[in-house]
Amino acid sequence: MKQSWTRKHLLDIESLTPEEILTVLDTARAFKAVGERAIKKVPALRGKTVVNLFIEPSTRTRISFELSEQRLSADIINFTAEASSLKKGETLKDTARNLEALNADFIVIRHSASGAPHFLARVLNASVINAGDGAHEHPTQALLDAFTIRERKGRIQGLKVTILGDILYSRVARSDIWMFTKLGAEVTLCGPSTLVPRTFERMGCRVTHNVEEAIAEADIINLLRIQHERQRKSMFPSLNEYSSLFGLNQARLALTKPDALIMHPGPINRGVEIDSDIADCSRSVILEQVTNGLAVRMALLFLVNGGKGPQEVAA
Amino acid sequence: MTRSQEPSLVHRLGILGIAAELAGDLFWEGTWYFMAEHSLILNAAAIHRALTRMAHEIAERNETAEEIALVGIQRGGLPCAQRLSAILADIWGRPVATGALDVSMHRDDLDRRVAPTVQPTIIPFDVTGKTVVLVDDVLYSGRTIRAAMDALNDFGRPRRIQLAVLVDRGHRELPITADFIGKNLPTAREENVRVRFSETGEVDEVVLERT
Repeated sequence: MKQSWTRKHLLDIESLTPEEILTVLDTARAFKAVGERAIKKVPALRGKTVVNLFIEPSTRTRISFELSEQRLSADIINFTAEASSLKKGETLKDTARNLEALNADFIVIRHSASGAPHFLARVLNASVINAGDGAHEHPTQALLDAFTIRERKGRIQGLKVTILGDILYSRVARSDIWMFTKLGAEVTLCGPSTLVPRTFERMGCRVTHNVEEAIAEADIINLLRIQHERQRKSMFPSLNEYSSLFGLNQARLALTKPDALIMHPGPINRGVEIDSDIADCSRSVILEQVTNGLAVRMALLFLVNGGKGPQEVAA
Repeated sequence: MTRSQEPSLVHRLGILGIAAELAGDLFWEGTWYFMAEHSLILNAAAIHRALTRMAHEIAERNETAEEIALVGIQRGGLPCAQRLSAILADIWGRPVATGALDVSMHRDDLDRRVAPTVQPTIIPFDVTGKTVVLVDDVLYSGRTIRAAMDALNDFGRPRRIQLAVLVDRGHRELPITADFIGKNLPTAREENVRVRFSETGEVDEVVLERT
């Protein structure tokens, strides 16, 4: 079997081939098993230094990356916007160069500007992993979504995936659309027309503003959080109105296929995009997504470490 | 088995061996024909004889099935372990605990190569207190065995670890020796030892390639 991953960075899903995606998902399966052992740690990144450069606040993604790195035995430096000299006017490039001067091997970056990870990958020698850049992409979220679906449904090819909510401001939506269309799923986007413009049809998915129709045939219903913080001005009259028109409640759940999975990248707004009891029901895989996030991030760091190999050997 | 059946069985095995060579040559990937040189070291019958002898040696060194567990190193060691397990089960008259171990995450060259394909690790028993026989197809530098011992430690503390290999090709880089060896095969570093196991056991072979 030929290993199909030779990349040094993970910047987006858009540039990955289906084979590369499947390599990450297959590798993640082995790392999930590591997480289920009494000793959940392997020495794969022993002696390597990872900088978690979270310029935009994040809790769950940062914790997931941190724990993944610890389980691979890496040394970790955490760097947040509040504590950094970015507040003192240092540029991103200078911050990153300073971190590299400490011999960091990997930089995991979360930034409010789209393209920040791509920029760092051009100016640094370290491996760069995108942990979310602006409204552009959140590739590890899409990978863990795909892993979760594959584990539950056995496949992604041919499944009907509906992504419901704030698509316009969502980097998760963009990564998920690339991911699912590359793996052969049929993607439907749904939400208020202000948040789900028709332009997304050009990414190869269907756009509808009728939520009942969007969820009726779906195998996967992926709910996205309404991102108050990213909206410059309100794109819909009120959260209550959003909830009554697009929120997943029991009446709408009754229209769906009995084996349709409910997903959400978190943090969930109970009572807005999803009713509280649905978030906790047996068809909800929201907490499995969190567990699988660890496995996927471990797999990714493991693969990217190997991707650096040939250059280092040549040097 | 009666005396009169014995020659016919030997005869059958002999034919299988020849059939194995032919089948191996006929159904090999296209690249095979472009290899500079290759020679058959063990055919299916010889592999079976070697594994049977190793199983008896394992049984002789260790008392009972309860305290023994076989762990095949992914991927080549796993079919070896499964076959040893079946032969040992016949000797002891009871099944022998058998698992699979992937050592990718414990390798010492992870930043010098493309990341290896990780295979499943399945250890469906407690290794603590057991004599674990690590099984691999080819013993070379010894680095895989070092990684395997580290990986095994994450599952518990075996009473002792022994090592069984189908082929020992020399060139050790670590102070590691096998306890049970199917075939000692002096090789040059440029050579490559290929062990192929088929599902049926009919076209197994060990081949030495010179590239």
